[in-house]
Amino acid sequence: MRWNNVRRFRLRRIVDGIGCLLSGRPSKKPLHENALHIVPWRSGASAPCKPQPIRTGLSPRGRIQPPARALLICVPLLLAAILLLAAAPDKHLSVYSTAANYSLPVVQRDRRDYVGLLEVLEPLGKVSAKFDGQRWRLRYNNRVEGDFFVGKTRVRVQGHDAELPARFLLENGRGLVPVSSLASLLPRFLGGPVTVHEDSDRLFIGSIATHFTASLAGDNPPKLVFHFTTPVNPSVSTEPGALRMTFSREPLVAPALPTLTFGSKVIPSATYAETNGGAAITVSSPVPLIASFSADGRTVTISPTSPATAQTVVAPPTPPAPAGIAVAAGPSPISHRYFAVIDASHGGDDRGETLTSTLFEKDVTVALARSLRQELESRGITVLDLRDSDATLSLDQRAYLTNTNRVAVYIALHATASGHGVRIYTALMPYGGDDRGPFHSWTTSQQAFLTLSQSAAADIANEFQKRQIPVRALTAPLRPLNNVTTAALAVEVAPQGSDLMQLTAPDYQQLVTSAVATAIAADRDRLGAPR
Amino acid sequence: MIPRHLFIGVAVLLVAVLGMSIYAWHMRGRVAAIPAQPAADTRALVPTFSGPTERATLFVAFDEDGSLRPRSAQIPLPSGRQQRAEELLSALLTIYLDKTSPHALAPGADVRSVFLVDPGVAVIDLNSAFADGHRSGVLVEDLTITSLIHTLSANIPGVLRVKILVDGKERETLAGHADLTGFYDVTAVNQLSTQLQPVQ
Repeated sequence: MRWNNVRRFRLRRIVDGIGCLLSGRPSKKPLHENALHIVPWRSGASAPCKPQPIRTGLSPRGRIQPPARALLICVPLLLAAILLLAAAPDKHLSVYSTAANYSLPVVQRDRRDYVGLLEVLEPLGKVSAKFDGQRWRLRYNNRVEGDFFVGKTRVRVQGHDAELPARFLLENGRGLVPVSSLASLLPRFLGGPVTVHEDSDRLFIGSIATHFTASLAGDNPPKLVFHFTTPVNPSVSTEPGALRMTFSREPLVAPALPTLTFGSKVIPSATYAETNGGAAITVSSPVPLIASFSADGRTVTISPTSPATAQTVVAPPTPPAPAGIAVAAGPSPISHRYFAVIDASHGGDDRGETLTSTLFEKDVTVALARSLRQELESRGITVLDLRDSDATLSLDQRAYLTNTNRVAVYIALHATASGHGVRIYTALMPYGGDDRGPFHSWTTSQQAFLTLSQSAAADIANEFQKRQIPVRALTAPLRPLNNVTTAALAVEVAPQGSDLMQLTAPDYQQLVTSAVATAIAADRDRLGAPR
Repeated sequence: MIPRHLFIGVAVLLVAVLGMSIYAWHMRGRVAAIPAQPAADTRALVPTFSGPTERATLFVAFDEDGSLRPRSAQIPLPSGRQQRAEELLSALLTIYLDKTSPHALAPGADVRSVFLVDPGVAVIDLNSAFADGHRSGVLVEDLTITSLIHTLSANIPGVLRVKILVDGKERETLAGHADLTGFYDVTAVNQLSTQLQPVQ
């Protein structure tokens, strides 16, 4: 009992001392008097101090006692610290372009993500902004001018009106636009395709995306080999049952399906995911894995490791740069001329054909475009993919981007529930056209290339026939085929049978796209010949 | 013992309920007496001209094999070119709106009018039900356009180009694919019609 009293006394003194320190109140007794003198308990000895009453925190007059006061101060401080630590990380937008990769802070206004437009454009060219009353004028490369009106959704770029999905904001001279507007707004300034992954705050300017394929090699032990279209430098981490590669500054985009399965017990699957400005590939495995990089940084091999090295993380060739710092991009995939343009038709509000209640044509065409891109690139054909997300692109924009990039062939992709097999279309030219000297009518721009287009369509149809896939070659009044100034064709894919879900099956998509890619590769010399 | 004020309150409420029931019964009888409004007529327009019939060739789309097949028909045709054009397309739509249609169109689909403008221009004005309810797809829209234009050009000589409007206005596409912004070249459409002939 006495020893308990000693401990209670000691605790009360400590708490009292903290209370004194926090409240600034001077101690009622000199420190030496407050000092605790512990007297070892011996049987029969008197108690070292009197038993103290248990404190309630309130004095008999209702005043808060020092220990309670200390608690009142400490608990809110502790809660505030917990809240600060648990707060969501700041959102940022990762921008990938041939000029630079950089990230920008994203702010929330009106429950929407906003970003500074000037900051987005600054690393890409010469930008200046001027505020004039209610109008914020942005000039890019002394060439493109845009007028933004504070609190309005209407903008005017190069004399053409456009609508933002939410109002334009001006804060401390900083023009803020919704992140969701960048896909339609930036092409007007930059003159090229822009893709926004809104969910993960990633912005791709031009055809900058890095694609990858994954395949299993070897049996004992199996190895998972990732091939990337550009050198990559991910950070690698392991956790029980998985190895994760995080790509913080590479413009990595999803494969046709987010989860890849390999039919192996050792490495059963890999999953692609995007979060807050980055991408990650997680390879699941019941055994510890190790990652090794090829010298050129384009190949990553994942293989089982011994238990001793199970937790070893193989460092990539160079440490990844910290996020938020602009870095020069590596070798640019668009530093040379594209051979082909792939156009996943529809997108955004234009859903195309409603194939099932949950499946739209616009989604199937994106998957087909990704598959075709891989097939063409694996045959050494450079590709500009016009739409790799749910972006809205007008038909004129699609034709304009194709024509300005001077590609050898334009391939539009469509999907349908009606009929069976594949249809290859070339343009059904509209009546007339008003060519004047060197200027060609926009509606009949394809006229001079129609023979080349029909020849390419026939070659692709032959390739399908070789593979015993039902195919027809037709003409169709399908824009923008008639606006394109190169070989232009559209591929409409229907299921072979009555099962519509075949349209989403990767093996069927690959069957179709590999036939198209094989025919294009065989026609490379003719299509790429100077005209 | 029920308090007096409660008794009066319940009595007033009962009277009100009775009164409202009688009023509702009375209104129901009045509504029943009003003649019913005819529902929107979604039947296909049948040829309205009832004069002498002529043999005409209609180019009918078949979704089954994605083909366009000529079909002879005895149609009462007036002498005026414009009326003839309208009667021809009405006859074609009658086939498409039938239960056994080989290329189903949306209920209520109709050709509002056909204008023949010299030299060689035909303007087909479809109603919004035609375009809004049309199935989406490159081939299915291709078949509809080709069927309309080839049927018109095969029976009305001198038509060189065709413009398609919807409710009197220009529309970008029929149902997401077939372009309606330009003039169709009848020669090119007839070549497409040949491509769409069934494989023998």
